[in-house]
Amino acid sequence: MAQLIRRAAALNKSLPAASFAARGLATASTSSITVETSLPFTGHNIDPPSRSVETSPQELLTFFRDMALMRRMEIAADSLYKAKLIRGFCHLYDGQEAVCVGMEAAINRKDCIITAYRDHCIFLGRGGTLLEAFAELMGRKDGCSKGKGGSMHFYKKEGGFYGGHGIVGAQVPLGCGLAFAQKYSKDESVTFAMYGDGAANQGQLFEALNMAALWDLPAILVCENNHYGMGTAEWRAAKSPAYYKRGDYVPGLKVDGMDALAVKQACKFAKEHALKNGPIILEMDTYRYHGHSMSDPGSTYRTRDEISGVRQERDPIERIRKLVLAHDLATEKELKDTEKEVRKEVDEAIAQAKESPMPDPSELFSNVYAKGLGTESFGADRKEVRTVLP
Amino acid sequence: MAASFGVSSAAAANAVKSPALSPPSLPVIRSEARPISCRVNKSRKAGKITTKAVAAQAENPASAASKPGHEVLLFEALREGLEEEMERDPRVCIFGEDVGHYGGSYKVSKGLADKYGDLRVLDTPIAENSFTGMAVGAAMTGLRPVVEGMNMGFLLLAFNQISDNCGMLHYTSGGQFTIPTVIRGPGGVGRQLGAEHSQRLESYFQSIPGIQMVACSTPYNAKGLMKAAIRSENPVVLFEHVLLYNLKERIPDEEYVVSLEEAEMVRPGEHVTILTYSRMRYHVMQAAKTLVNKGYDPEVIDIRSLKPFDLYTIGNSIKKTHKVLIVEECMRTGGIGASLTAAINENFNDYLDAPIVCLSSQDVPTPYAGTLEEWTVVQPGQIVTAVEQLCR
Repeated sequence: MAQLIRRAAALNKSLPAASFAARGLATASTSSITVETSLPFTGHNIDPPSRSVETSPQELLTFFRDMALMRRMEIAADSLYKAKLIRGFCHLYDGQEAVCVGMEAAINRKDCIITAYRDHCIFLGRGGTLLEAFAELMGRKDGCSKGKGGSMHFYKKEGGFYGGHGIVGAQVPLGCGLAFAQKYSKDESVTFAMYGDGAANQGQLFEALNMAALWDLPAILVCENNHYGMGTAEWRAAKSPAYYKRGDYVPGLKVDGMDALAVKQACKFAKEHALKNGPIILEMDTYRYHGHSMSDPGSTYRTRDEISGVRQERDPIERIRKLVLAHDLATEKELKDTEKEVRKEVDEAIAQAKESPMPDPSELFSNVYAKGLGTESFGADRKEVRTVLP
Repeated sequence: MAASFGVSSAAAANAVKSPALSPPSLPVIRSEARPISCRVNKSRKAGKITTKAVAAQAENPASAASKPGHEVLLFEALREGLEEEMERDPRVCIFGEDVGHYGGSYKVSKGLADKYGDLRVLDTPIAENSFTGMAVGAAMTGLRPVVEGMNMGFLLLAFNQISDNCGMLHYTSGGQFTIPTVIRGPGGVGRQLGAEHSQRLESYFQSIPGIQMVACSTPYNAKGLMKAAIRSENPVVLFEHVLLYNLKERIPDEEYVVSLEEAEMVRPGEHVTILTYSRMRYHVMQAAKTLVNKGYDPEVIDIRSLKPFDLYTIGNSIKKTHKVLIVEECMRTGGIGASLTAAINENFNDYLDAPIVCLSSQDVPTPYAGTLEEWTVVQPGQIVTAVEQLCR
């Protein structure tokens, strides 16, 4: 055993970080592998796509690394919260990583994603850095929103990530607005408006869906159904928990949200559909290991057996790990080393974020108004000079 | 959908991707004839401005003979402003109920759907919360939507979108997104429209950080404010009044924009400063006629900018007259007058010879009966009495 560890360590030293794909498969790294999704898709008013997903070793290894990074980030955020470095509300995404990673694999940065408050991992997927994420969580200047937004307000304009919203359901009409703008400028991209099973009961969702269908907007409504709206199980909040069917005249697709490849297939399918035919609803059947937020233990409304059961049978990272090992794309040791590497990355980012200073007091008043037409707004009451225009 | 979308993809795509606007070359109208002392921006020069609130173009002797400008009704002035901005910038679009084919319930957007297509002048279903949210989402990508509430009171349904998303997104995203929306619509007490259709939302919206609020009162400032609001990078709520849509005035032919943060000097005077806005301006001017006959000289200022207050103009007036009367249509509790009273007390307490008097509407739902409705809002007679008492 010790010998193996030493050999693995030696291997690790000689292998640069991102050379997974180069290991013995230089010619085959982008070769195609066909994998069957764990479950078939269920369609509502639409023919579901095939269960066979095209992928590649490169992609599978990227999935593994990205999901391991996200998982590690969320666990680290848990410790930071308990150490009182993160305050307020902190909603963690561990268990749901496959949704985010599968979606990114199917789209590009011109497509828009908007989600609610469980947004840390989606931010990473859209190009956000660990430093920006941790600094924002700790309320520091280097955060993605300069420390003024917090956990629920991560945004990345260049990456097409529109947040990060605290009020349940309010982001869905915004998402339809993003789709409207995409249709207006005719740039062949789509918007994924994400929400949860709790938000699925909001009226504004149906209003937005009606409008999206009426005007054929390229909007894809993604319900991340983790089966609990905070402490209320879905069967206690919804007469019909078949969220993918709620669109009625809008087609829907139910997807196993713990299978990154199924998510990728569904999102690709949805994007093609939305560009031609207008909105579609995707229901991702997923699960969160943590409670609703850090102030929720997560065990008063569900049993620990249920949580550990899901972790054993459906964990997204384990699924990819098994796939990678089954197709002989990397060894057990290499995967463990990736995880260690990712852990180190996260620890370094946290250390760097801790060094980042708190925002300047003057930041209290900046970005309340934007400057426009050369006029200047001086905050609450303009006492001094009148505005001068160009 | 077989509708024609009046924006060419190239123009719109380019416009959406390059949001930087070149500074406009048209004159900006200042409403006071006082030189500006600039302490903030060194590049500005102190200078005299025109006393008349008309576009200061080079004099053309040939046109001096005929009367300049054209006569419009207030709703037409709003439409002109909207149309000019839509022509100028392909990113400007309109969302609202019955704004397209119907032409707008107060005809503000009449003819625009025929000219610009169904996508730019969008008829929405009756879903204020969602279409306001959609406007905010579209604004995040660079479009410049103008949201019409058929009656301002209906926008209470969109309060969350207006306060959290419209007002706060610029701040919570650390400046990444600007929300250049305009939210407009008729409000105020009309002619026996009933309680729910006679609301004054300026008092509810005034605490929302991040939005600007303006109230138009004449065709001239309606067009100017509409244009300025559309060009502003901040979300602006433009309050119109149901009873003022048919006011007629001669406005300039040339393009003009008025400043969003400035108050308008309606009648300079010496004895008392009367601050008002929207429809109450006309009640005040009616009272002013009586007051002048009685020998008083009131200074009437239409504050126009409800958030932020133009304390510069207001302060200079108070320094001159030392007495303030606020006449507003909001309710007494928590209205614009209440905030203005607090702001003036805080900033200009030394200059006041008497406590500020604030005449507002009664704290009741607006009744349907005509006589009761009349007593709900401030009438010119009450204004005259208040000035007489103040100037004793």
